[in-house]
Amino acid sequence: MLLVLIFELLRRRQLREKYAVLWMAVGLLTLPFGLVPDSLNATASHLGVASGASLVLFLAVVFLLLVCIHLCWEASRLEDETRALAEEVALIRTELRDLRAQTPDGVRGAGVRQAHAQPATAEGTASSSKPRSGAEVIAPRRGDATGLGVVDSSSVEGGAHR
Amino acid sequence: VNVDKKVLIIIPAWNEAESVGDVIAEVRGELPTVDILVVDDGSTDDTTNVALSFGAQVTRLPYNLGVGGAMRLGYRYAYENDYDVAIQVDADGQHDPRYVPKLIDGLSEASLVIGARFAGEGDYDVRGPRRWAMKLLSVVLSRMAKTQLTDTTSGFRACDRDVIGLFAQWYPVEYLGDTVETVVRAIRLGHKVVQVPVAMRPRAGGTPSASPVKAMIYLGRALITLLLAINRK
Repeated sequence: MLLVLIFELLRRRQLREKYAVLWMAVGLLTLPFGLVPDSLNATASHLGVASGASLVLFLAVVFLLLVCIHLCWEASRLEDETRALAEEVALIRTELRDLRAQTPDGVRGAGVRQAHAQPATAEGTASSSKPRSGAEVIAPRRGDATGLGVVDSSSVEGGAHR
Repeated sequence: VNVDKKVLIIIPAWNEAESVGDVIAEVRGELPTVDILVVDDGSTDDTTNVALSFGAQVTRLPYNLGVGGAMRLGYRYAYENDYDVAIQVDADGQHDPRYVPKLIDGLSEASLVIGARFAGEGDYDVRGPRRWAMKLLSVVLSRMAKTQLTDTTSGFRACDRDVIGLFAQWYPVEYLGDTVETVVRAIRLGHKVVQVPVAMRPRAGGTPSASPVKAMIYLGRALITLLLAINRK
């Protein structure tokens, strides 16, 4: 059961290989003991444990504890990484806003900068006005065809959803 | 104030749209030449727009990281933009910008200057476990710094280029870590830390946590933070 699950997760690329290998190994190792429960009794009595089952239980608890600690460590590391990324994104966005704020000044100011600045602003106005002009085109056309204001508002609604 | 130094005021703000504008305006009125950076710590309100409309530089985190996260971002910004002095001011109006020049003056003899309550000026007072925690922290850290530090949890502080560099790459996110641990680390790395007495005002927004349970938790966290900070490499 466990083996199938892990294989499926791995197949869907949702599990990193290192974890897959770990759990596959665990599955394979415990499989024989599941099939023959009494096989560990001798080893258990050697170690001073009452039965093989409780030995397996004990080892499982220790193992799971270690896995938990590892996952905590991993989560902390990931948090650190996402934090660094968040900071990076914030800095980049701030820089971007500064650059945008500078561009109009460049247009009004030096002629050399104009060549650089103009395409950027032209692009900006074109892309920002595109959806608006599109809506204007659609609305009158529908209005002409049906002559009803109701259809107009529904087309606007559709646009808003998009 | 020293004019030849590039000074940045860092204001960490999380949902402080109500008070952040006043703080910016006040800092501007007091110190017209300094740059102001508001670090919006993933606010869900209008903090960013308010700060921008008041003429501050704003950098916005995509989600809430806590004061420590916001501050590291602030120091990174200061570091990358070559500021000589960075000063941390709370967005809730508790810190009086009139003391900023005093903090900057303190940098002539130290790398990190803490604006401290309980140091003679102002009448800010706390009681109970919270007070014990602060007392303990101040005793331990004073001994480490070999100078009197009465208010180690103060978020009103100024630091020079060296410490900006340190904080830009390392600044704990945990609560209390952001104040206490940074002081410990700065001391251990050989930076000189001093304090300057300041008066704090009641917060413009929000209420200070005063329940005894919270105060006890605060004491516990202070202890843990202190022990960790001292034992960390």
